[in-house]
Amino acid sequence: MSEPTYRDGVRAVAPLTIAAFGFGVSFGVLARAAGMGWLEPIVMSATTFGGSAQFAAVSVLEEGGSVVAATVAAVLLNARYAPIGITVAPYLHGSRRSRFVRAQLIVDESWAVASRGDGRFDPRILIGAGLAFYAAWVGGTSVGALGGRLLGDPATLGLDAAFPALFLALLAPQLTSRQPRLAAVLGAVIAAALIPVAPPGVPIIAGAMACLLGLRR
Amino acid sequence: MTAAWIVVVAVGFSTFALKAAGPVLLGGRPLPSRLSSVVSLLAPAVLAALVVTQAISDGREIVIDERLLGVAAAGIAVWLRAPLLLVLVIAAGTTALVRAIA
Repeated sequence: MSEPTYRDGVRAVAPLTIAAFGFGVSFGVLARAAGMGWLEPIVMSATTFGGSAQFAAVSVLEEGGSVVAATVAAVLLNARYAPIGITVAPYLHGSRRSRFVRAQLIVDESWAVASRGDGRFDPRILIGAGLAFYAAWVGGTSVGALGGRLLGDPATLGLDAAFPALFLALLAPQLTSRQPRLAAVLGAVIAAALIPVAPPGVPIIAGAMACLLGLRR
Repeated sequence: MTAAWIVVVAVGFSTFALKAAGPVLLGGRPLPSRLSSVVSLLAPAVLAALVVTQAISDGREIVIDERLLGVAAAGIAVWLRAPLLLVLVIAAGTTALVRAIA
């Protein structure tokens, strides 16, 4: 079998980029509704490149939350990228600068499709998928921020259900043996239990701790 | 600088650092085996947590709405090994349909 290429990464994530574009549009629209100008949401999508964190920051600002509260909510949501970055670190070679730049293309989706299911990752799939997702996300945000008021409501289109569905579809092939199944159940239970008591983002980080099951041998 | 720009810049730089920490500090070196068995379980744990939070939460509240029916329909599609795009269309379509009726 030949090595996967960047194009394989683009292909792997292609169906998700449609959902990402739609969510990018909704982010642009919501950011404008929250009082941002047209440029802020586009710059945020181009630099942060993490949908849930961006939505969190904007919604805290919209509710009249402080700059610190909005930033912390977003950083908590993106904190999972520290352990996620560690998982792909052994497969990203090259100079520090090149590693730094390519690491920015890590999102849940590019990381999930790059996973080979045994704890190893394919860097070309990661980068190809990350680039496709980046284009869809920033492009969608631009459309939403510049012309969003002409479009329909993303909730009416049911787009908010597409993301849990995609994470479910990405999760299913990982459940090949007992340990990943246990980790998934525990992660889900921890996250669900914390939703009412922890700020958005924290339940995901806490759920990630289910991976410590791997210490049991 | 407006509050919005401060948040955009602060979140942007924090995210640069969070994403790059592993690859820049660890790049090229393999993980110790004990750590990699922990790390191999990160994907299922985080994905399951994402499914749950995105399906039933709205901020700090548990909100059961039309989304959950969409996700359930998607679950059946996943179980039947439907292609990913079809799974997403089923999730969004089911949710939109139930919303339109309700």
